Amino acid sequence: MNWTVVQRILGLLLMMFSLTMLPPIAVSLIYDDQSWLPFVEGFGLTLVAGILIWLPVHRSRKDLRLRDGFLVVAAFWTVLGTFGAAPLFFADTLTLSFTDAVFESMSGLTTTGATILTGLDELPASILYYRQQLQWLGGMGIIVLAVAVLPMLGVGGMQLYRAETPGPVKDTKLTPRITETAKALWYVYLTFTIACASSYRLAGMGWFDALCHAFSTVAIGGFSTHDASIGYFDSGVVDVVAIIFMFVAGINFSLHFFAWRYVSIKHYRQDPEFKAYALMLVALSAIVVITLYQHRGVTEPGQTFINGVFHAVSIATTTGFTTENFALWPAALPVLLIFSSFVGGSAGSTAGGIKVIRWLLIYKQGAREVARLVHPNAEIPVKLGNTAVKPRVVDAVWGFFSVYVIVFGVMLLAMMATGLDQVTAFSAVAATLNNLGPGLGDITSGFMSLSDTVKWISVAGMLLGRLEIFTLLVLITPTFWRH
Amino acid sequence: MKILILGAGQVGSSAAYHLSREEANEVTVVDMRADVLRELQDRLDIRTVVGHAAYPDVLERAGASDADIVVALTNSDETNMVACQIAYTNFRTPTKIARIRSAEYMNAHKLFTQDAIPIDVRISPEQLVCSHIEQLILYPGSSQVLDFAGGRVRLVGAKADRDGLLVGQRIATLKDHIKNTEGRIAAIYRDGKAMLPKGDTVIQEGDEVFFIANRKDVRVFMSEMRRLEDPVRRVVIAGGGNIGVRLALALEQTNQVKIIERDPQRARQISEQLNKAIVLVGDAADEELLLEEDIDNVDVFCGLTNSEEANILSSMLAKRLGAHKVMALINRASYAELVESGSIDIAVSPQQVTIGSLLAHVRRGDVVKVHSLRRGAAEAMEAIAHGDAESSKVVGRKIEDIELPKGTAIVAVVREDQVIIAHHDTIIETDDHVILFMTDRRKIEHLETLFQVGVSFI
Repeated sequence: MNWTVVQRILGLLLMMFSLTMLPPIAVSLIYDDQSWLPFVEGFGLTLVAGILIWLPVHRSRKDLRLRDGFLVVAAFWTVLGTFGAAPLFFADTLTLSFTDAVFESMSGLTTTGATILTGLDELPASILYYRQQLQWLGGMGIIVLAVAVLPMLGVGGMQLYRAETPGPVKDTKLTPRITETAKALWYVYLTFTIACASSYRLAGMGWFDALCHAFSTVAIGGFSTHDASIGYFDSGVVDVVAIIFMFVAGINFSLHFFAWRYVSIKHYRQDPEFKAYALMLVALSAIVVITLYQHRGVTEPGQTFINGVFHAVSIATTTGFTTENFALWPAALPVLLIFSSFVGGSAGSTAGGIKVIRWLLIYKQGAREVARLVHPNAEIPVKLGNTAVKPRVVDAVWGFFSVYVIVFGVMLLAMMATGLDQVTAFSAVAATLNNLGPGLGDITSGFMSLSDTVKWISVAGMLLGRLEIFTLLVLITPTFWRH
Repeated sequence: MKILILGAGQVGSSAAYHLSREEANEVTVVDMRADVLRELQDRLDIRTVVGHAAYPDVLERAGASDADIVVALTNSDETNMVACQIAYTNFRTPTKIARIRSAEYMNAHKLFTQDAIPIDVRISPEQLVCSHIEQLILYPGSSQVLDFAGGRVRLVGAKADRDGLLVGQRIATLKDHIKNTEGRIAAIYRDGKAMLPKGDTVIQEGDEVFFIANRKDVRVFMSEMRRLEDPVRRVVIAGGGNIGVRLALALEQTNQVKIIERDPQRARQISEQLNKAIVLVGDAADEELLLEEDIDNVDVFCGLTNSEEANILSSMLAKRLGAHKVMALINRASYAELVESGSIDIAVSPQQVTIGSLLAHVRRGDVVKVHSLRRGAAEAMEAIAHGDAESSKVVGRKIEDIELPKGTAIVAVVREDQVIIAHHDTIIETDDHVILFMTDRRKIEHLETLFQVGVSFI
């Protein structure tokens, strides 16, 4: 383990992160909401902490190794969740406990979107803006951002990038230089954000709401500036804009990049994961809409249709926006929707969950076993598109899947041990581990009623979900620390 | 620059290493072995593509359509040639460099034209290694000999010993020692660290001194650094592979050459190729055989088999049995460092030799040659100054006025056929070949831009 280099990068990243507390100050001054002080304090605290960590080792010029990469990413997300909580903790208008502040900040950064705040509509603009910005930074990955703007990370950038990017195959680079790849991803992300904000504005939101919701939409986060979430706007057009951008943000960003570079949609059409992703959303939407029609009748066909599709896309991509309380929906719909969040978006997108490509590979392997029963001597590779998937990748998918299930089980039991009922505990774990946000039972509107213990378990779940478990899990294995 | 490297073998991966360290380059490496590429991508900031290097769709995926340079370094000559052909026909890649091993192709010059096989630069590692060793034998006592300006000027590295005339004296006294010739000490390595010499630097025993001189004066300068050794007469080459045979062919007219080959069939074959050299069948690490062939009277023993371990061991054995000087062909830099401080006099790295000549072609500005010294720690570069005082940052200026990065020095200027050893007041003219020495190769990009002509000059 190369402590000095880990420490140096950690310090640098913290200093960089402290800069993200400056825009809320500007927002505070523009809207004159008198709450710029907590951000100044947060900025100072983070910057000083970063400098204190960085200064003793700033001359260290060693290269980052693979193992250091895991440590930096895991440590950075943990530290970030804590420092990101600082302005929320300092804010007089909120009076949050430390636990609540960390929960809110972590929920933002991991793009979960679960909240412990109520009365959002009354809060100062700067604090609302800050929550949305946290989601936006966490969406594409703040480390990917760091790789893009700190070229001196060099080769080490790849190690960091790999530890943060979701998906089973992490070796593909869009461009030869990792810095350029990271930049390309952020450009695509930025473009979507601007497009989304403009669309929301055209759909009737004010600029502030449009920008804030654009942040949490393309990040697949789910934070809103209103208690009623997107439902506040009560507008079918806003819903449709949200559906489009949630759908787009759940697609692998390399596909967007290629579409942008070669100006063609060929790459979408050829990508098996995209096809499966689209098919899943269409099927899910159909089921939801038809079930709603059956139970509510066809009185408001247009609104019911949009509502059904909106929730299907919002929950399946793990965004977590709502326009009404879906926990009260008929039949199996609430549980079906929660289940769909286990699929999540595509690998390399901003979505959470297990990711479509892993389910696709698991499905294909199941199909292979069936084919083997019929043709015992056949050689049947697992194929994605036209290329055979390496057994190593398939193994890794199974490994991930089983660990996901085990982690889920352990967290579920831990929450129930604190006295939570099964439905609430189940949906709380799904909401955090899948980076979804809303749940069923006691947490349909937020996590505020839960005990501190449950909140800390949830924080761990969000982190595990965002870093796809292994990056964190590897740190608690003895092998990792053995020299 | 966007660079496409085909083949992730030893030369391919070290080329990728050197090129990707420069910020301006974007390197993509193509190879069929996914595991090798993964390992390479872990170490370097490059993109890798798995596939056959000569297939159009693989090249397309690797970004050949906007690549500036294709460097074909797979271990098959044919693949390299076809890849360059496809890069030219399908993607119009401006510069195509290929490694061609077999002499049969290399000798057929007519092949490599734009309408046949469009390869701009052909690199033959065996030929390069062979001439490298030849130079070392020609100047006994040198550790590295590099040609500049078509061989008119040579940069020579030599270890200073007690008997050198200049050792223990200030460099400024050099011109009192040698009256009528011009030369210059370019750099000194002391305890593994580079220093650019000044007039009052004192040369110490054990320093590795790099000096530049006119070709005919090299021996005179050598005598300043160490006692002049007798010219080499008896050479024993271990290993009758392509390099061994080439070297034997080059030396057999002037020296007494013996070549040891283990395989009787191969031995018979090469004995037919060679005229004067004696081919011995046997093991190069066989003590009896070496003693029988008077190893204690041999001036130079070269271990040139395919196995670097065998080269190291047979060279060490020859040294112990009394060979005056031993050289071994060693690829791994770590091995070379290990043995050069001990019992082997010179470790020759084919990889380094190839890389040096390869890198020269992947340069902006008009860079003719780049040589790596001391396994890449330092670099010597030959660049042509173009333009006029307006458009160029070097032409029409005194050397002391040129803004050189730290750790670099202009050591000589070749103007038409005349070699001018650089002084602080030498003025660079257009079309001069300027020879620079740098102790920190990261400065190379800076130097390249120095020799690029401003936009006003077309």
